[in-house]
Amino acid sequence: MSDDALVSADNIYRYYGQYCAVENLRLRLQRGEVLGLLGPNGAGKSSTLQMLSGNLAPSAGQITINGIDLLDAPKRAKAHIGYLPEHPPLYPDFTVDEYLRYCGRLHGIPRARVKPAVDEVKVRCGLSETGRRLIGNLSKGYQQRVGVAQALIHSPLVIILDEPTVGLDPIQIREIRALIRVLGKSHGVILSTHILPEVQAVCDRVQIIHAGRTVFNDSLSGLDKRHGPKGLIVAFRSPPAMEALRALPGVESIEPLASGRVRIVHKGVMAVDAVVKASVESNWGLQELTPERTTLEQIFMDLVHREQDTEAQDNAIARAAS
Amino acid sequence: MILTIAKAELRRMFYSPLAWATLAVVLFILGLLFLILVDNYLTTIQAQLVGIPGAPGVTDIVLAPVMLWAGVIMLTVSPLQTMRAFSEERQQGSLTLLTSAPLSTTELVLGKYLALLVFILVLLGLLALIPLSLAGATQLDWGKIMASLLGLFLLLASFSAAGLFISSQTKTPLIAAMSSFGLLMFLVVLYMSGSAESTASDLFIYLSHFGHLLPFLQGLFDSSDLIYYLLFSAVFLILTIRRLDNERLQR
Repeated sequence: MSDDALVSADNIYRYYGQYCAVENLRLRLQRGEVLGLLGPNGAGKSSTLQMLSGNLAPSAGQITINGIDLLDAPKRAKAHIGYLPEHPPLYPDFTVDEYLRYCGRLHGIPRARVKPAVDEVKVRCGLSETGRRLIGNLSKGYQQRVGVAQALIHSPLVIILDEPTVGLDPIQIREIRALIRVLGKSHGVILSTHILPEVQAVCDRVQIIHAGRTVFNDSLSGLDKRHGPKGLIVAFRSPPAMEALRALPGVESIEPLASGRVRIVHKGVMAVDAVVKASVESNWGLQELTPERTTLEQIFMDLVHREQDTEAQDNAIARAAS
Repeated sequence: MILTIAKAELRRMFYSPLAWATLAVVLFILGLLFLILVDNYLTTIQAQLVGIPGAPGVTDIVLAPVMLWAGVIMLTVSPLQTMRAFSEERQQGSLTLLTSAPLSTTELVLGKYLALLVFILVLLGLLALIPLSLAGATQLDWGKIMASLLGLFLLLASFSAAGLFISSQTKTPLIAAMSSFGLLMFLVVLYMSGSAESTASDLFIYLSHFGHLLPFLQGLFDSSDLIYYLLFSAVFLILTIRRLDNERLQR
């Protein structure tokens, strides 16, 4: 239901002149959910997040934040959003404390409650030691943390993070991911990234965007269920005839691959059993047995490349016709 | 909310050396100028004026030029202050903080403008020390001095509003500074052309902001001059607000 969704966006279009950056996008974010927005560079991720954060008005379509229309009542809607843009919006001449206090005040935290809010968010983002340092003198990783802190300080319902782990070292990346998972329990988080493992590590649901359109939208658990194991890659020391393999129970088709490997498409787990048993009985010498899984990466590559292929074809056809 | 923004803006201004350098340079130049004028007055002019009834006094001969020069110097300096307001923020990406906060564009623009006004007040406060230094030595026309300070304040406020608008147009601070300077200079040229004999035009003089400063320097408070400055500032502030709103909607 769109009514209890924290963020709901419908039929969003965004044009830059003639160029259409976002086309008919639909997006839902529920409370307690971490949504990963995935796509190659220039897919329209940042434009989408800018629109959701109220920094960019969509050319058409409607966005509501916690039931409040972002275009009709931007002030009330924005109060529920914490936004970390691609480049953290920092004042290099301020100290971390000053900056965070200012952010807190800007987001309407009463004067008396600003200090505890700043202290809390500093602990959360690992900034306790850096309060008195100038932001301009901090390393990129710490600046990124200040950026995250700025988005959290008023504990908004919706947290929008544009590539939050860019420029962080591996330890910091783990910390930020852990923080996002914690936040995802009580708030709603949307994050964009082009790092696939990041999505698998922190997101509940993934929406893949390519050339401004949603090409995939599913929960990660659904992804595993639907696209569970479906193939086996096997290799033998003395490979049997292909017919012998195909005759095994549960095997649907086989496909020879490079360097003596064979891909077996099967119906159920019983095929695995059968292959192992047959190998032992007939001395095929099983060397390798890998269940094939559809990873996010495969889906991503499939979708993005298929799009590019059809586009290339369309272009070729158009050229041939003209 | 306007106050919160203005406070942070002022802090930002005075954390960077620019504001201090501006104040120091402007006051140094005006101080030197004042010294020359006082010296000139004491050695030559004073002697000539002796015995003429109703002759202009120190306030007219020494202080009015200082005030006028303060306006002229700020013509080049105030674009450097206003360029930071939006151009620099946009360049360093920090404008997003303000645009994603629950604020209206009006609050944002007024907050920034208020900070610039406070800066002008600080400058004028320091500038007022120059006439004050003469207070012990001679009799001054305080009414005239107050009027010229008020005129100067209005003039500088109009510079800031225009600069704020130009600053909202671009992402590059230097272009903002250059264009604001161009706009302000254009208005000066308008005055010069309007008061030149061959191209004399009352309209040009009316449009130019310096034309409205001169009566204040003579101690003349004309409400139409006041209204000119208020209108000038208001128009540019409204244009700035419109411009920032449009940025969200189109491009």
